[in-house]
Amino acid sequence: MNSPAIANAPQVPPVEAIIRAEKVEKYYAQPSENRIQVISATDLSVVPGEILALLGPSGSGKSTMLRMLTGLSTPSAGQVYWHEKPIAGAEINVSIVFQSFALFPWLTVLENVEAPLQARGVTPDERRARSMKMLDTVGLDGFEGAYPKELSGGMRQRVGFARALVVEPEVLFMDEPFSALDVLTAENLRSELLELWANKTMPTKAVFIVTHNIEEAVLLADRIIVLGRNPGHIRTDFRVQLPQPRDRKSEDFTNLVDYIYKVLTKPDVTPAQVPDQAPGHQHPETKVRDQRQMHYQMLPHARPGGMAGLLELLLDKGGRDDIYRLADDLAFEIDDLLPIVDASQLLGFLKIEEGDAAITPSGTEFANSEILRQKELFRAATLEHILLLRQIRRALESKRDHTVPEEFFLDMLDEQFSEDESQRQIETAVAWGRYAELFDFDAGRRRFILPEAPEEEAAASGEGAE
Amino acid sequence: MKLQHPLARTLVTARTWPFLIDVGVAACALALFFSLISTGTYWLGRPVPIVPISHSLSALPAYAFYSIIRIGIAYFLSLTFAITYGYTAAYNPRIEAWMVAVLDILQSIPVLSFLPPVVLAMVALVPGHQMGIEMGVILLIFTGQVWNLAFSFYSSLKSIPREMLEASRIYRYSAWQRFWQLEMPYAAIGLVWNSIVSVAGGWFALMACEMFTMGDRNFQLPGLGSYLQTAATSGDTRALWAGFTVVILIVVATDQLAWRPLIAWSDKFKFEQVESTDRVTSPILELLRRSTILTSIPGRIWTRIEEPIYRRMARTTDCRIVHPIDEEPDRGKPSAALWTLAICFLCIVVWGATHAILMLSTVTWPDLRLLLEGAGATFLRVNAALLISALWTIPVGVSIGFNPKLARFVQPIAQVLASIPATAFFPILLIGLVKIGGGLGIGSVALMLLGTQWYILFNVIAGAMSIPSDLREVSSLFHFTRWQRWTKLILPGIFPYLITGMVTASGGAWNASVFAEYSHVQDRTLQTIGLGAQIDAATDSGRFPILLLATILISLMVVTMNRLVWRRLYRLAETRYKLEG
Repeated sequence: MNSPAIANAPQVPPVEAIIRAEKVEKYYAQPSENRIQVISATDLSVVPGEILALLGPSGSGKSTMLRMLTGLSTPSAGQVYWHEKPIAGAEINVSIVFQSFALFPWLTVLENVEAPLQARGVTPDERRARSMKMLDTVGLDGFEGAYPKELSGGMRQRVGFARALVVEPEVLFMDEPFSALDVLTAENLRSELLELWANKTMPTKAVFIVTHNIEEAVLLADRIIVLGRNPGHIRTDFRVQLPQPRDRKSEDFTNLVDYIYKVLTKPDVTPAQVPDQAPGHQHPETKVRDQRQMHYQMLPHARPGGMAGLLELLLDKGGRDDIYRLADDLAFEIDDLLPIVDASQLLGFLKIEEGDAAITPSGTEFANSEILRQKELFRAATLEHILLLRQIRRALESKRDHTVPEEFFLDMLDEQFSEDESQRQIETAVAWGRYAELFDFDAGRRRFILPEAPEEEAAASGEGAE
Repeated sequence: MKLQHPLARTLVTARTWPFLIDVGVAACALALFFSLISTGTYWLGRPVPIVPISHSLSALPAYAFYSIIRIGIAYFLSLTFAITYGYTAAYNPRIEAWMVAVLDILQSIPVLSFLPPVVLAMVALVPGHQMGIEMGVILLIFTGQVWNLAFSFYSSLKSIPREMLEASRIYRYSAWQRFWQLEMPYAAIGLVWNSIVSVAGGWFALMACEMFTMGDRNFQLPGLGSYLQTAATSGDTRALWAGFTVVILIVVATDQLAWRPLIAWSDKFKFEQVESTDRVTSPILELLRRSTILTSIPGRIWTRIEEPIYRRMARTTDCRIVHPIDEEPDRGKPSAALWTLAICFLCIVVWGATHAILMLSTVTWPDLRLLLEGAGATFLRVNAALLISALWTIPVGVSIGFNPKLARFVQPIAQVLASIPATAFFPILLIGLVKIGGGLGIGSVALMLLGTQWYILFNVIAGAMSIPSDLREVSSLFHFTRWQRWTKLILPGIFPYLITGMVTASGGAWNASVFAEYSHVQDRTLQTIGLGAQIDAATDSGRFPILLLATILISLMVVTMNRLVWRRLYRLAETRYKLEG
């Protein structure tokens, strides 16, 4: 573990940033005078000569950050500069490669790639020549007359790349460009991107990629910024100095990946120092705080069945395992596994220590029981740890008709979360509540109701839960 | 590494006889040119409010042509207006809500209510030429066609996927490029389908409006509508049958030569990611694609127009910067020009409202009571028509829909039937009614049915076709009783489509009430208690205050029905009865 491959802040003389964000914030004002802060005051620079990866869980505002840096979204506070001039009126030259490709289905491949050149007033002959050359570079020679719906996903993203690069952008932005593709195609395109970058085939000076895939970030990036959420803020920012081509199995690689996992799984803790580097400086903005006092825990979007499965698996492995290896064994993306891990931790069924998941005694009991007992334990755990479910149950019990409209809780959640997220929180709460037989939900009338149970059982569960 | 071009659409099928097709296209173009010139000469001639209609068969082609021209011009005016209106509404958040509400209200006003103001205005504007009267009728048809086109375009604009909008901004598309490469293609399919409905509605209105009385003025224009009406009055059965045949021929020809190729062509704009196997084919489209004139000349002319525009737009500062997508609505004060415009508009509205109120105050209480009775009667009739239509179209439509081969055959026919203007047949049906001795009370319901039940039919067929076969298998596996099948599978399954059909039919029935409840037959005037009858009678006798009040009443009722009933049902269809997850 003693390689100088990973270091923190550069020791090179500062280069002028192409794009610089200064104390940018994004919030939405609510009519009730509460502000939903999506991104808190952040500084970020994109400097020439590097691939920069923005990594973070969903809800951390990474796509919003990308849009603010490209001028597509105006920051609510702070300023974004393009070569030290405010971006709003500047003639910037950037491109975006989109997650869903954003191709125009009624234009052929060639017409799709020519479109940005058309917008710049390039003559038809020159347009055609440049576009054909670019299609050749991305390997789509021969497909210029095809329509996007005739192509596979990987080919469509290649068209997206060709379109982005044909205008010779100074900075190339990518918004989760490979997440809609299958693993092999994504792998293929990643290595082609690195080739294009290394051979300096494109006059692009910097690449900015937003991703939730840790391995992808470590594979591609020269610098990684990890975002946290609630509200979005930078948790750590460091350079990756592993030489290309990078080996996934090498020790340095896996150490770095592990470090990032630890950072992501412990959202409340200041990240430790990046492995193996001189006591350089951490990014100053690593302390975590929330703008308002959190009343409601943010429920991770996981199903009770998933938690049961995870705990049983963990028990099988002796009660403790590395999260990275768990994800690997299950062939899960870490983004899919983390909510289940988070949820289990929230309910007290497991603990996270140093990037490992360790099952607790209550988790062991849960994993060992059969379905009915599991439901009972789940009910007890949710009533003890989850404020929202406790409130719903109490409200239902205290009302005479034992029903409560969903609006009531949406209103309270709205103060803490955005409208979409509040809706999702209610959906997750309903799923957990139904599994735990705490309450039921009438989707037609949008009301919580008490499940119909014989009097004694209801009384008994009511007592047991309290 | 060059691959073969197996997928490219540029792979041209064997070009068999493009030369002949080119000749055909050129001939059509010449014929069109000549007929337009002759129509122009006629229009610029002296105004003749009452043109004698001949009953000879040789006059039919000319009459048909005049009617087609009127519909065509009205349609293109509607399209232009709808696109402009929808565009303005979508991109101006400050006035968006107002514009949509206005659209809603205008859509609920029956076409005939627009008759007096429009025709009077046009005749006053162009007193010296026949064109004044013609434009009056054309604008009238326009008011029946434009609203749903505007709605369609507006809602297409609002539903463009966000990433495509972002792509158009980051790559600095000018408004021109965005319009032609993103907005129009995205809205194309909706516009095509709504055009079919609009033109059908246009024919419906035109057949009844080519001959009308307004106060002390009579108008009679040469066209199919007047031909049929006069033939019915004089009892000339041969002329009548000839006229009917021509109407049906025109509708079928429009369907085959215009609508089906357009639908097949607009497949290219479908925003789905996979080729679907179920596509409308049109042999005419294939034929037209082989013509060298049509594929190359328009393209070349268009490019020559476009390229300088692109070059010029690329030089403007607007196209050199990236416009944020979430531009906050201008917090700054609106410009002085906007203020003066708003104040002028307000003045006009106030002036108009005062005059309207003054006019309304001349309405007496007995008149008002009559109007309210009429409103109730028409309301009952419209709903009766809807109920009767539903009663027969649902079983028939479901059984057709469950049989895919039959459905593929019947659906286009039902679409054509929906396009045939029922008003063309009203005169003869009314004469028949008189002979039987029946009144217009039942007759008007029958007439409403004739015009609107087809919409419900072909929507139900589409709905039945969309029920997945595995749901039907479940129902037979578990031996559902007929009642269970209907209540748990079929009715919920077709619900969204049924609602769409019923809304269209309801609007059509209200519109039809104006023509169905009041009619001149031979030398008598048949009428029944109803709001439509009163609107018609008021126009006939020139009593404009009654017309205004009746219009207000009808508009109120339709808009209220929309909000209270149809919107709720739509929401139910969207949430509970949607088949995909």
